Amino acid sequence: MSARLNFASSVLAALSGVAYGAPFQNALLPAGVQADHVHTLWLIMLGTCTVVFIALFTAFVAALWRAPRSTEETPPQTSRTTGTERGATRAVALGAALSIAGLLGLLVASVVTDRALAGLPLKDGLVIEVNGQQWWWQVTYAPGDPSRTFETANELHIPVGRPVLLKLQSPDVIHSFWVPNLAPKKDLIPGRTLTLTLRADTPGVYRGQCAEFCGYQHAKMAFLVIAEEPAQYEQWAQSQHDSAKEPADAVRKRGRQVFMESPCVMCHAIQGTRANARTGPDLTHVASRMTLAAGTLPNTRGHLAGWITNPQQVKPGANMPAVTLPADDLQALLTYLESLK
Amino acid sequence: MSRDIPVGRGEPSPDENGKLERAWGTPPGLVGWLSSIDHKVIGYRFIVTAMAFFAAGGILAALMRLQLAVPENSLIGPDLYNQIFTMHGTTMMFLFAVPVMQAMGVYLVPLMVGTRNIAFPRLNAYAYWIYLFGGLMIYTAFALDIGPDAGWFSYPPLAGPEFSPGKRVDFWAQLITFTEVSGLLTSIVLITTILKLRAPGMTLDRMPLFVWAILVTSFMIMFAMPAIMFASTGLITDRLVGTHFYNPAEGGDAMLWQHLFWFFGHPEVYIIFIPALGFISSIIATFARRPVFGYPVLVLSMIATGFLGFGLWVHHMFATDAPELGKSFFTAASMIIAIPTALQIFCWITTLWNGRLNFRVPLLFVLAFFFILVIGGLTGIMLASGPLDLQVHDTYFVVAHLHYVLIGGAVFPLFGAFYYWFPKITGRMLNERLGRWNFWLFFIGFNVTFFPMHHLGLYGMPRRVYTYPANVGWSDLNAVATLGAVVIAVSMLLFLVNVIRSYRSGARSPHDPWSAPTLEWATASPPPVYNFARIPIVASREPLWGPSGIVGRVDGLSMDPPENLVTCVLDAAPDHRSVYPRPGIWPFLSAVATTVLFVGSIFTPWAIVWGAVPVAIALTAWFWPGKDEIDEHLALERKP
Repeated sequence: MSARLNFASSVLAALSGVAYGAPFQNALLPAGVQADHVHTLWLIMLGTCTVVFIALFTAFVAALWRAPRSTEETPPQTSRTTGTERGATRAVALGAALSIAGLLGLLVASVVTDRALAGLPLKDGLVIEVNGQQWWWQVTYAPGDPSRTFETANELHIPVGRPVLLKLQSPDVIHSFWVPNLAPKKDLIPGRTLTLTLRADTPGVYRGQCAEFCGYQHAKMAFLVIAEEPAQYEQWAQSQHDSAKEPADAVRKRGRQVFMESPCVMCHAIQGTRANARTGPDLTHVASRMTLAAGTLPNTRGHLAGWITNPQQVKPGANMPAVTLPADDLQALLTYLESLK
Repeated sequence: MSRDIPVGRGEPSPDENGKLERAWGTPPGLVGWLSSIDHKVIGYRFIVTAMAFFAAGGILAALMRLQLAVPENSLIGPDLYNQIFTMHGTTMMFLFAVPVMQAMGVYLVPLMVGTRNIAFPRLNAYAYWIYLFGGLMIYTAFALDIGPDAGWFSYPPLAGPEFSPGKRVDFWAQLITFTEVSGLLTSIVLITTILKLRAPGMTLDRMPLFVWAILVTSFMIMFAMPAIMFASTGLITDRLVGTHFYNPAEGGDAMLWQHLFWFFGHPEVYIIFIPALGFISSIIATFARRPVFGYPVLVLSMIATGFLGFGLWVHHMFATDAPELGKSFFTAASMIIAIPTALQIFCWITTLWNGRLNFRVPLLFVLAFFFILVIGGLTGIMLASGPLDLQVHDTYFVVAHLHYVLIGGAVFPLFGAFYYWFPKITGRMLNERLGRWNFWLFFIGFNVTFFPMHHLGLYGMPRRVYTYPANVGWSDLNAVATLGAVVIAVSMLLFLVNVIRSYRSGARSPHDPWSAPTLEWATASPPPVYNFARIPIVASREPLWGPSGIVGRVDGLSMDPPENLVTCVLDAAPDHRSVYPRPGIWPFLSAVATTVLFVGSIFTPWAIVWGAVPVAIALTAWFWPGKDEIDEHLALERKP
């Protein structure tokens, strides 16, 4: 798909004279069929509008070029002396006709794209429920099917080539789900369920971000979509569906105990334990995720420690309270959380 | 360079001028200053206030650019940043763009249509004070760290009581009430002035295009404001007295707000844009030394834009679950509105083509329109398309687009208008050399700031983020944009220096420094309090061009008490005389009482009950007929 990296956007990038945007969050590098449809429309629009701009600007510059100069003393013409100006009338009429024709063409292109977007076949599609909330993404696979359902956060894995139907909901304010490489955006509106369909065609990790202003930490409400081969996806889904493993050693056991006795348990769930709260992200497989705090930090032991002990430094206003623990307990907790693959 | 004022029969004597001066003038002292109802005084204050808010909004923009100059910047935290961008948008839309256009109308329309003063002058003064007090209220709140932080669009539920506790959004909602009242009243004043106070002979098809622009805009305000009025009232009552208009849990709907807000919000863009079209037509005609080609096309285009502007609001809501067929309708409607604008651009290019051009600073600012607005218009066509919009909606692409449209379409022409009419308002010319520096720095700085934002949007940068990570590839373009903002700031400083220097010691301006065609140039610069000693009788679209533009002067109006001539709507034939109100303190005091009610109601609903008492008293005093006034009226009735 990156071979289709188009000439026009290279020219645009060159025009601005600076580095190209990142490849993993970029509407100009479609990695899925829906984004590809829109990208084609973009090229049509950009081409047409560039031609129109050049034509109009040429006429404008020519007008300035050819018109004689004057001063305040130059005697003006009046409505009575300019006459009917047939040539001018014809020019304006021609311009109007061309504008109407051009707009009609663009309208058709837009409607055709709309149809193509709506026409994505959903047979054998994967259904995922996404709950956007201040300021993270709760992701539920196979909603309503107790034998297969599982929950994760801020990270979606999808199989390449298989259509995905996202059910978008919000329990608090309006958010917007947007992965530019894969599909156009869609809002998450409280009291409603909206749907978005997409299909990834190129394996890769794509970054998405909330696009509707949703308060304090709108800027740090990102997520990743990992598009992988179907076999890999199945493996991932299976491991996510499993409950957390029993801690293998004393340190991890101690870590779990710390978890259960600290404020962590008030908001988070770990399947297979007593922790069952749903206010914050499900941590059953937290160590398998690439980022922390909705795409804000890489998921490393150090960042995890910082996020637990001082979340307001990382993401001021986030609903995660600071948890102060003795050093030993913290280390045990980190070891335990890191084992939740 | 200048010409004498065209003189009709019966030019008044110095003695008569003194009499007029006393009859129409403003009393001295502080009370007199607060009592003024002269449209030029109010218009001037209106313009200066709006420009002060423009400066404040610009400083907020500069702060945002500083914060975004580098990734993960810690200069401004999310709490302050959210207030800043909310205040920036709110200021620019509600306290600068619409008011400054109305203010230019308040100052210029009576002069352009050749009348002595504006219709309903006390209402006009009241509208100004309400606007000023609203603006002061929101900036006071901002200074006290209770500035609004839910965006200039304040979408519930984020702006609702649950997710925005405290008073921040209440101040925003009440600011909307202030600007609604002010905007609606000013529209009434302008429409009445345009339809009923035109000089005899100025039929509708001889009206200057700027006056047409203000007429269309004023009608748009009358139809757009009620939607936001209902919307913001619903928001206030949701927040203050527990109604549930926007609460889905209680049968309300978050989407209701969006429909109402954008039913106002999209016409708002054209409310800002159409007066600028009037500036462009005025300035091009004067500096191309010929009338603008296609007067009927321009008038009908503005009217068409006025109608179509109400049929596009859903294109702000493509990412919601509005039905697909409906979205296609709004895509088509949003594209259609490009046609009247395109027609006007063609007419202006044709005018330039067949004109003889005088490249003074006002014309430069107008010519920038043809570069900047055209780009903004073309990206607008892209945004009209539902599917494409869904990729770039709520990204920096839209930030780029809207600034290309509003700055290119309205602010550049507005600056042209300042350079053009400054001599009329102050009697002095703005410096041409500084003006050119001002123009080029603004033009270059603008494009350096906003052009890269198109790319940022396509590269996935959402709007309204207070920071961004280093690895997403947005750092360079953001740094470039901030650099451009610095250039804009320098150009604005030059403008300020130019205005202050020229105001104090600029070259004196004659009546008509540009040799322009319309009536405001037929009187002194600055104009006398009574505008025209004798109201002109007009026989052409360009009354000051050509020998037969002004064919006579109106006689027989009483000088003291002040009398104005009222004419018919279509053909401006003399209809009747009307005695003009005297200046008074009550419009100011009524505005103070209204402000107490509005601000008080943020804190308790009882303020609406008890606050209504002083408002009622002030309004009653305002309209209480004095004995002297009645005697004057009776005397005039007896002695026509």
